[in-house]
Amino acid sequence: MTSRRDFLIGASATGVSCAFSAPGLALANADTGKRLVLVVLRGGMDGLAAFPPIGDPNYEALRRGLLQTMDNTIKLDRRFAMHRSLAPLATHYKKGDMAVIHAIAGPQRTRSHFDAQNVLENGATKAHLLLDGWLNRALSVIDKRKQRLGLAVGYNTPPVMRGTTPVASWAPARIPPSPTHLLDTLGSLYKSDPVLGRALSEGRRAQAMTGAVLGNTKMKRGNMRNPGRFKTLAESAGRLLAAEQSARIAVIEMGGWDTHANQGADTGRLARNLGLLANGLDELSNRLKPVWQDTVICVVTEFGRTVRMNGSKGTDHGTGGAAILLGGAVAGGRVATHWPGLGEDSLYGGRDLAPTADMRGLFKTVLHDHLNVSSSTLESSVFPDSKNAIPPPGKLIRS
Amino acid sequence: MTTVDAFIAANRFGLGPKGGYLGGIATDPQSWLLRQLGTEDGALPYLKGLPSSEEIVRAWMQARGSREMRKMFNKNRVKPLFRREIRLRTRAAIETDTPFRERLVRFWSNHFTVSITKGRVRGIAGAFEREAIRPFVTGNFGEMLLAVTRHPAMLVYLDNQTSVGPTSRVGERRGKGLNENLAREILELHTLGVNGGYTQNDVIALAKMLTGWSVAGKRSSQVGQFKFSPRRHEPGTKQLLGKRYPEEGEQEAEQALRDLADHPSTARFIATKLARHFVVDNPSKDVIDQLQRKFRETDGDLGAMARELITLGTVWDQPLTKVKSPGELVISAFRMLGLPEKSKHLIQPLRLLGQLPFSAPSPAGWPDTASDWVSPESLLRRIEMMDLLARRQNKRHDPVTLAEQAFGPVAREETLLAIKRAPSRRAAHALLLTSPEFQRR
Repeated sequence: MTSRRDFLIGASATGVSCAFSAPGLALANADTGKRLVLVVLRGGMDGLAAFPPIGDPNYEALRRGLLQTMDNTIKLDRRFAMHRSLAPLATHYKKGDMAVIHAIAGPQRTRSHFDAQNVLENGATKAHLLLDGWLNRALSVIDKRKQRLGLAVGYNTPPVMRGTTPVASWAPARIPPSPTHLLDTLGSLYKSDPVLGRALSEGRRAQAMTGAVLGNTKMKRGNMRNPGRFKTLAESAGRLLAAEQSARIAVIEMGGWDTHANQGADTGRLARNLGLLANGLDELSNRLKPVWQDTVICVVTEFGRTVRMNGSKGTDHGTGGAAILLGGAVAGGRVATHWPGLGEDSLYGGRDLAPTADMRGLFKTVLHDHLNVSSSTLESSVFPDSKNAIPPPGKLIRS
Repeated sequence: MTTVDAFIAANRFGLGPKGGYLGGIATDPQSWLLRQLGTEDGALPYLKGLPSSEEIVRAWMQARGSREMRKMFNKNRVKPLFRREIRLRTRAAIETDTPFRERLVRFWSNHFTVSITKGRVRGIAGAFEREAIRPFVTGNFGEMLLAVTRHPAMLVYLDNQTSVGPTSRVGERRGKGLNENLAREILELHTLGVNGGYTQNDVIALAKMLTGWSVAGKRSSQVGQFKFSPRRHEPGTKQLLGKRYPEEGEQEAEQALRDLADHPSTARFIATKLARHFVVDNPSKDVIDQLQRKFRETDGDLGAMARELITLGTVWDQPLTKVKSPGELVISAFRMLGLPEKSKHLIQPLRLLGQLPFSAPSPAGWPDTASDWVSPESLLRRIEMMDLLARRQNKRHDPVTLAEQAFGPVAREETLLAIKRAPSRRAAHALLLTSPEFQRR
């Protein structure tokens, strides 16, 4: 293990030297040609609304008040349908480039957003057990030469990507860029400050890299997790990942899923958000077309929501939820689930969809089958204590 | 008494020295802080004339005849009011002579977050802080918890307004049920903390006790005020954290909140958050223990907690342990440089750095550690914004004098040298605002 201090010095040295070289040369011959985009839906997406289990005998009775009209859903198979607002993804599903994972959850049973998000991102069995993110730990073996193959899209690095492996980051510009001499002087003033020093050199390095691909992308002010921004973020992530000498693995966040009140069915709050998600994913897939066969997009959320409607025409925090895999490398066209059923005895705690697959099982499959991360690395450092984590059934990645 | 103490008092506990001047603080920094806890809130004169939540909710209830009327009301009344509210609040923080008090207001306002991410909160978020937070920051935690939970902004933000006891009269007639949101966040975020030892059954029990806590509608004589509605209240005995609460209407949740305020987990949770905010990102067990003991000893006297923070030896040992949040950074910049000429330039930096008042992304509020605020991207944004403030700054301050004054004995040679050697006044001001001495507190 390198000590934190060694690492910081190393990182800042690279940062400074690269900031002055031609941006396009920042990265030559990346260690992998595979692409992975992790989309984190914050707030808890209602998986039963996104992918209604139309074949389940208890579905209609339990979901009273939240049911979509039948002609308005898109049938996936005999058991499951897809919300109309996700229509832009239908062709991908038909082509076999999209798989739906159902009844999946993290390893810790919690109805706290903050704990559930933490455990989704730290990859441990419990919240706050590990301080860095699993994707950052995976990057330490995928990105051995520290080429910053990881990319955080947005103003803050999401916890799943935080850690000792340096990652690139990109967010749209809203303020005029700082003069170079200011950044140069700060480079030396921040040298003895571990937090500011590291962030500045990483930031300058990232700026050089992304500036070459995107130029100066403008965007309306506001919160980057705002669902309305997702398409712009997805588009930029797609362009960056498609470029030859650039990042390979990106994380994008999207908020707006905590539908406690007035969730809606065919239309309404959730339908609108699903539409924005589908449009953004479609844009992302367009941008990634040149490398589509090497691409996996993995869409996850911290938990599902209660099966029944609550007192405010919404749903409360639940357990089992849904995830999406999309991309040319996905063995899709199916709903991958050990469906637990919605019978009274099958519900978790009498109120939630019971989880039958472990989120870590999904992530491990993707990292192993798509990015060639070895099982031993996965078990020992990326997802410690995850031997019993059940993956979704069947093959998820094309060989 | 050293001026390092004055620097720490002004920055760690305050919002930065006004005009960069530490002189008034230097003679006795601790007394300067203590005095603020005993005097009137220095921000109040700047917040005069803002309407109460009752007035706003009443006007809103009367206006919501049709969709069109609601839209017009939002456009013509709510939006301008919110803009005025956050301008005055920001101005108050820049001008106040009780900045420690103001920091406590911001801390508690963030602990009990209400956010305009829920649109209906926009008109009353500011009133919430003025009515349920500000008067209590040196008062009792349990009283603040009650005031917060009964406030229309919190009842709306966390959906209690729509929570109905399933076997209450309204529940049975209209087939409506519980909404657990407020109950869960009270346990997880306001009192015990996520590991404070409660279960899903406790969440449901508290949600049941809270049914009926709502805002009076337009047919009521108390329109816009807190109202207990017995017709929505879930009848029967409830059991919370092992204690039975016999049916007692409105008093049930009131008693439960008092019990939660007294719970040891709450003392621990509050002690940890205060230490993280005022001392260091990862506070030691000793510091947390000491604060927790004080909370228990004084039954949650928040004035005593604030005084305890000042008496912790460790806060005076080392300056600059914390990175400023964007809000703290922008306010301290304006306190040093003076108000911007254009009033729109007051709020814009907060918005662009991602900390517009009353818009935290979730009920957990804004995060409070360096790793949450300083990413490669966000640091570049900070630097760009500070450079922009330097460009807009046209007063005749000498940046070197300002730096020597404001940073006092914590100023490093290399920082002063860099400011001296800067190619222009703007560049010198930009360096002053981006230096580690100014980015941290």
